[in-house]
This record gives sequence, C-alpha cells and structure tokens, in this order.
Amino acid sequence: MTSIAKPPVKHPTARTNGLGLTLRDYEGAMSTLCAGCGHDSVTAALVQAAWELELEPHRAAKMSGIGCSSKTTAYFMKQSHGFNSVHGRMPSVTTGAAAANKGLTYIGISGDGDSLSIGLGQLSHAIRRNVNMLYVIENNGVYGLTKGQFSASADVGSTSKKGEANEQAPIDPVLLALTLGGTFVARSFSGDKRQLVPILKAAIAHKGLALVDVISPCVSFNDHDGSTKSYAYTREHEIEAVQADFIPLKREITLPETGEEVRTVELHDGGRVRLRSTAADYDPTNRESAYAHVRACQARNEIATGLLFVDENGRDMHDHLKTVPTPLVDIPFEQLCPGKAALDALMPRYR
Amino acid sequence: MSGVNDFAFKMGTVNGTGSASANGLLMQAIFRMGIPVTGKNLFPSNIQGLPTWYEIRVSKDGYRARPSALDLVVALNPATYAKDVASVRPGGYLLYDSSWPLDPDLVREGITILGVPFGRMCVESFDGDRDRTLLRNIAYAGALAALLKIDTAIVETMLSEKFGKKPKLLDANHKAFALGFDYAAAHYDCPLPFHLEPMDKTGDCILIDGNAAAALGAVYAGATVGAWYPITPATALMEQFSAFCAKYRVDKATGLHKYAILQAEDELAAAGIVIGAGWAGARAFTNTSGPGISLMQEFIGLAYYTDIPAVFIDVQRCGPATGMPTRTQQADLLSLAYASHGDTKHLILFPADPRECFEMTVQAFDLAERFQTPVFVASDLDIGMNDWMVKRFDWDDSYRPDRGKVLDADALKKIERFSRYLDVDGDGIAARTLPGVGGKGAYFVRGSGHDKHGLYTEDAEAYQELVDRLRRKFEGAADHVPKPLISHQAGAEVALVTIGGCEAAVLEAADLLRAEGIHTDYMRIRGFPFNADVRTFLGRHEHTFVIEQNRDAQLRSLLQIELGVTRDTMIPILDYAGLPLTAGKVVSAVKAHLAEVPA
Repeated sequence: MTSIAKPPVKHPTARTNGLGLTLRDYEGAMSTLCAGCGHDSVTAALVQAAWELELEPHRAAKMSGIGCSSKTTAYFMKQSHGFNSVHGRMPSVTTGAAAANKGLTYIGISGDGDSLSIGLGQLSHAIRRNVNMLYVIENNGVYGLTKGQFSASADVGSTSKKGEANEQAPIDPVLLALTLGGTFVARSFSGDKRQLVPILKAAIAHKGLALVDVISPCVSFNDHDGSTKSYAYTREHEIEAVQADFIPLKREITLPETGEEVRTVELHDGGRVRLRSTAADYDPTNRESAYAHVRACQARNEIATGLLFVDENGRDMHDHLKTVPTPLVDIPFEQLCPGKAALDALMPRYR
Repeated sequence: MSGVNDFAFKMGTVNGTGSASANGLLMQAIFRMGIPVTGKNLFPSNIQGLPTWYEIRVSKDGYRARPSALDLVVALNPATYAKDVASVRPGGYLLYDSSWPLDPDLVREGITILGVPFGRMCVESFDGDRDRTLLRNIAYAGALAALLKIDTAIVETMLSEKFGKKPKLLDANHKAFALGFDYAAAHYDCPLPFHLEPMDKTGDCILIDGNAAAALGAVYAGATVGAWYPITPATALMEQFSAFCAKYRVDKATGLHKYAILQAEDELAAAGIVIGAGWAGARAFTNTSGPGISLMQEFIGLAYYTDIPAVFIDVQRCGPATGMPTRTQQADLLSLAYASHGDTKHLILFPADPRECFEMTVQAFDLAERFQTPVFVASDLDIGMNDWMVKRFDWDDSYRPDRGKVLDADALKKIERFSRYLDVDGDGIAARTLPGVGGKGAYFVRGSGHDKHGLYTEDAEAYQELVDRLRRKFEGAADHVPKPLISHQAGAEVALVTIGGCEAAVLEAADLLRAEGIHTDYMRIRGFPFNADVRTFLGRHEHTFVIEQNRDAQLRSLLQIELGVTRDTMIPILDYAGLPLTAGKVVSAVKAHLAEVPA
C-alpha cells in the first residue's frame, strides 16, 4: 500500500469538533489512487462522517483486504490502528478483533472484487454473525489493480474499456445482505456526498453490521459509455429511496417541519436517523418491501440508493456469544485462569 | 510379556453399536485397580457399521506404547473374524460370540478358543433390538472381567457413577455384566494365566486424552478467543474448551461469558479470526488438522510477516488430501515448519502425551506473544483422541502470562516516536501496541512490503532488513522452546532420536535392546527451532536412528536443513501406516540395520 505522508499543517481558522479536532485530524496519508477515483470521494465522506461523529481516532480500527478499495484505510484517520489483511478476508480478521475488543469502532473497507468474489463467503458470514462494524463496499464493477477485468458486480451487457460485454449475472451486495438478514443495508454513490455522509454516520452508530454499498466509479477502467458503474450512468439512473439525516445523541437537532413524511429510527447508541421518503410508500423497516424495491429498480435498469433497510432490534455477534460487557482483552488474567485449587479439584474426574 | 499385569487384548466390534463405552469401562476399571494401562481406539472414518477395534495393554512396568502382540482377541464382528484370529499371538486366546455355530474363520491351531453366547443371552434377557445390541458389549466386558480377574466391585461402582440416576439402565447393565461374568466363570478355568492383580502404580496419575488436555491448557493460559472449523481428529479440542469455559468462565451473577468461541465458516476464516483477535490483544487459538493447516497457509504467512501472535493446535492425521481422517501420523512437520509462501519459519512444540499437551499449550501462548508470531502445537490423533495414563496435572498459581513487548499509553509517553518494527533490543522482537491505545501508538498492519516504522515500502534494503529481523527472531526462539529430553546409557554406540507420541514405543524399544546388549542414547525433540542441545547430541554416535511417523523422514529433513547434519549419518525408521507405533517395530528395524552394517 503506497502512502505519502501529508504535511501536518493546520489552518488557524479551521473548525474543530467537540474533541477539538479539525477535519485534517481525520485525514490519513496522501492517496495514490488515480486522480478522480470514486474511492477518494468515499474517503472524504468517511473523514467528514468521523469528524462530525466526533469519533476518537484511537478508538477506531480500520480494516481492509486487498485491492484499490482496500487502500482507502490508509487515507483517513491516521491516528487509528489499521489492518490491511489478505484478499477477501477482512471480515474474519475484523470478526476476531471485534470478538477480542468490543470497545472499538470497526470500520471495514472493501471492494467488489474483494467482497463479492474471493471474499463472498466471509462477507456472508460476517452479515450472518452481525459483527458490529461498518462494512463499506467501494463498488466499481471492475478489477482496477490488475487493469480492467470484470468483477462479480459487473452488470450483464456492461462493457469493458476494450468493448467486450459482460455476460454473467452480477452479484448485488444489497440484495445479498437483505437476504442474509443484514440489519443495516444502504447503497450510495461516491459522487453524492450529501447522501453518503449521513448514511455512513448512521451506519457507524448502528449496532451490528452496517453494509454500505457505494457505487464508486473507476476512472481508469470503468468510466466510459458502455459501463453501468460510470459517473454518468450512476447519476442518470440513481433512484433514492429515502433521504437520510443522522442526528447523534449528544447534539440533537430537530429538522424544520416540511410537511413531507418523516420517519425517525432510534439507533442503539441513542442517535437517530431521520428518513424522508422520496417515494411515499417506502418503508425502510420492512425487509420484504426493501428487497422488492431494489429488484424493481434493477428491472428498470435503475440503481436503488439511500438507506434501504434498518433493523435496530437485531442481536449482534456479542449478543449471540453472550459475552460480558467488559472487552475480553480487558479482563484480568486472574479472572481467566481457574488456578491450582480448581485443577486439583478437577483431577479426580479423570480417575 | 504375557503374565500377571503384563498382557494385551483387543476387541473387534462394529462402530455405532456402543462398544466404546464397554471398552472404556474395562480400561478405567484396570486403571482403578492401580495397574498401568493403555488404550488405543482404532476406529473407522464412519458413524455406523464399519469395523472398529480397541486395544488395551496392561503393563506393570508402565509401558504405554501400542502392544506388539495380543494375548487375547475378542472377535465380535464377523466381517473381521479372519483378520482378528490372525492377530492372536501363538498360544493366545480368542473369545467369540457362540450364539452362532463356530465360524471356520475362527479355527486356528495353537490358540485357545472360548465361546460365550453373548447374543443369545441378551436376546433372552432384554427387550428391544437397541438394548440387546448395547448390552451385548457389557456382557463381553463381564466375561473379560471373569477371565482377566477385573475387580467387579470397581465395575459396580463405575456403573453406579454412570447410571446412578437411571435405575432401569443401571439394573440392565448390572444384569448384562453378570451374564457374561457368570457364563465365563462357570464354563472356563478362570482366570486365564495372564490376568490382573491389584497394584498401586496409578495413584498420582490420571487417564486423559490430549485434546481435553490441550483445551484445559488453553483455559489456564488465559485464552479468550477460540475459532475453529470442525475436523477430525481436532474437533473435541474446541468442544472441551467450550465445556471448560462453561465451567470456569461464566459470570455467576449474569450468566455472561468471559470468552468467545466462534465456529467459523471454514479454516481460512478460523485463522483470520485468531489473527484479528491476536492483533487486538487477546490470547487466541484454533484447533485443526492437516487439511485445515493447508487452508490456513496464507494467513499463517501474514501473521508471520506482520508479527502477530497466534496459536495453532494441529492434531495430525494421515494425509495427503483427505487421507485417513481417523488414523494417526506425524506428516505435517515440514508443512508446519515452513507454512505459507515466501521465506517463512515457524515455532513448533511437539507434545508426547496429554500431560505435555496441557503444558505445551500454555507455553505456546507465551511464545506466541513473546515472539509475536504463529506457534504450532503438533499433536496427533493418537495423543489427541486416545486416553493416556499420565501424571496428574500441576499448576503454579504464581504463573503470569508472558505478554511480550507491549507498549501501553504510559510507555508511549516516554518515547519520542513509536516504530512498530524497530528492533531496539537486537533480539529481532519489536515492541507492539494494541488497538485502542492513545497517543502515538497507532500503526498500520500490512502484508505488503513495510519498513521498520511499519510504513509501506518496496525499498530493497528495508525489505531485507525486515526479513532478516524475522530470521533473527526465529533463531532466538531456539533457546525458549522446550529443550530435548536426552538420556544416556553407558557405552552406547547407538542413538535413538524421536519426536512426539513415538516416545512411548522408543523408550520401550531402548529397554528391549538393552536386554539384548544394545545400549542406546536417547533424544526426544520437543521444539522447533532446534535447541543447541539437539545439535550437540547428533553426530556423536556410530548409528543414529531417527524414528518418526511419516513416509519421507520429515524430521530428518528438518535436522538436515536447519542444522546441516548429513543425511547419511541419520538412519530413518519410518512408520506411516496410520496406527500408533509399537516397540517391536523399532527393535526389529534397529537390529536389521545393525546386522547389515556391523558396528
């Protein structure tokens, strides 16, 4: 992972958040991705979201696999621990880290190659376990680092830069997550920061796995007329299910009444997501109708975006594991080792 | 052999018919009579219907290896009659179910054939096919008790312990046991010439299998995260860990767990979970077998290259491929030593019995954290799944985990800059920080090229510096892994070198050889990288035999590669058919070589 350190210069008038940190404090190394890469916009949205959420950088862990997308973790929150693991296996490493230390905020960044091909099994099981993490898929339909092969999310008929058409049906991570019982499922577009930032904030605050599929065009290999993951195509075909705002617990802001239908979803940590439906009948708490909406958009060659489904009552991995509130890494050894007396008492069982 | 408290017998049955509990009962009763005993379960990779055997060896001298000859065989599976009869030593005995006419397969000159109508007695005494089948096993245990003079009071106590809360079952078991006992006592000259007399040689011992022992070790070491994928013969290890955690690690007030056990979707994920948890600061481990190790290779290399502690307990079985899942081998040595692509080398501990499984599992966590690297415990099916008589386990309450070099927030304040892979002490081990620590402790784990600060680089010198540091670290571990066990006999010209569970057979072989005037020095290797004592021992003898359970002499290869010992100076004795090693095999191989090449 190439990384070039940014000079630590702060503008004297830069705004600070409640922790006294500026946006620059949430940045990472200089990106080495291609100029205009959608992934860099996702990075910017993550910086913004973390700054607004007032995340303590050292209490967050950035997790990724391998590929262009997985470089993202190097480009934000330089004061967080990061883990750039192996291809497609970020979910298991995050699962282990989260099992060991439930006290941290886990931000996983992956791509369509990393998550929908080699890592499909691990993604599925992370959803099934409901690991408490943000899981971003930077989805561009193409393998960038190996120069332009189709990924598993490439749509039928979408062409490569050389003009070859894809014939295999795509895997849609949003439908996958809805099917597997995902408790927070959203899709956004790297070119739409207004939509993406509040979704990321709500996703980080969500208890359980929050899957955010971000259409993030590859300017080098998949931003041409025949692509369905280009900037132009995504802008023209995006259908937003709901317009979401995230309101953290500590600074509650009441939106002015607009007369439109507004729903509020209480998140586990006390924060709220306010959802303003763009379609009058859209219900983001109904898994079946969310699934139907995504399928209907697909049938019309449209891209369903927004917070598509949320369930704040789901049990996360630690609920299933029935672990104590204290992170396992913080339990003193004396409480873990049964000691000599217990061993002596156990031995007769083997007589 | 063959005498009072010195003989071996075998039951040939069909798996899934309940014979395991009768066999376990026999072995434990002998153990409770104070007589050293060993049990080897030779079972098929199948749930129901295939042949299965259980060998019990009684040894007043405490030998624990698989017996070289059988004094008595209980033939209860018609499918294996011929084979079972052939396995009786000349002059030995055969016990069969005489409910049916004597099968011609069972007739053999030079052995005594005893018949007891187990099937007919059980049909007459019990209702229901299932009960009749299950109780036939207890009936043959009863006959053996009469023939071998097993203390029936002990058996009664054991049956009461097992079925005390189920009076109906208890009565049925007592009745079945008496059926077999009484018939044998009435019809045969009991006890047989080889039989049992109470001793007092098991008082400070227990009977336990290596998987349970390693699981207990993980609990005592303070492991909090276990991730795994079911695989024979390692499965029971995590199941036992789970049971021990339920006993010792559940908060009484809330019922909540001070541990996390994750059954992963596959071995790849299990390894990833262990590495993620290790990175986050937990003592984490997985249990697996050869095919699982194959799947974990990529992650093992990542942990090695990024200095992350992780413990892998490999309960070896027969390979390659699926191989024979219920047969034992020591054929993962090379694949553990150099697991994953690129230049890698890993720490390995080699337990010889369940007691060492307990102790070495604890050591493995200390070494993994001290050296920030994957550590393997190379057990095998024979150690892991068979009950072994071992000295009861001890624990020193002053033990504290060796967490290695971990910088906390206070320590970080005292240094100007934290560099993740900087070798400050010259031992190749750099200090780490755990995720969540404040200040300047944050760093980035990357499997790609990185320098001593943890930053990405493809710089030639920085890469080489890093991999050289890893080698230095590995070499330093040679002084910290368990030393070899070495013993000398006066005037020995022959050396026996072995590893793991082969020890039981090799020590017995050394005694048998000495009785024939062949004196041997002995070394059992217990850790990798090889301790300096290993090098010192090798090459001092005219004949050095390296005894191991694989086809390709993997231990010998490791000794050659790592220590430069010439292959020609190490004579391999290889046993790789999948069954526990016998002393007889070692003795005959040594003698055959010495006969060929006179000293």
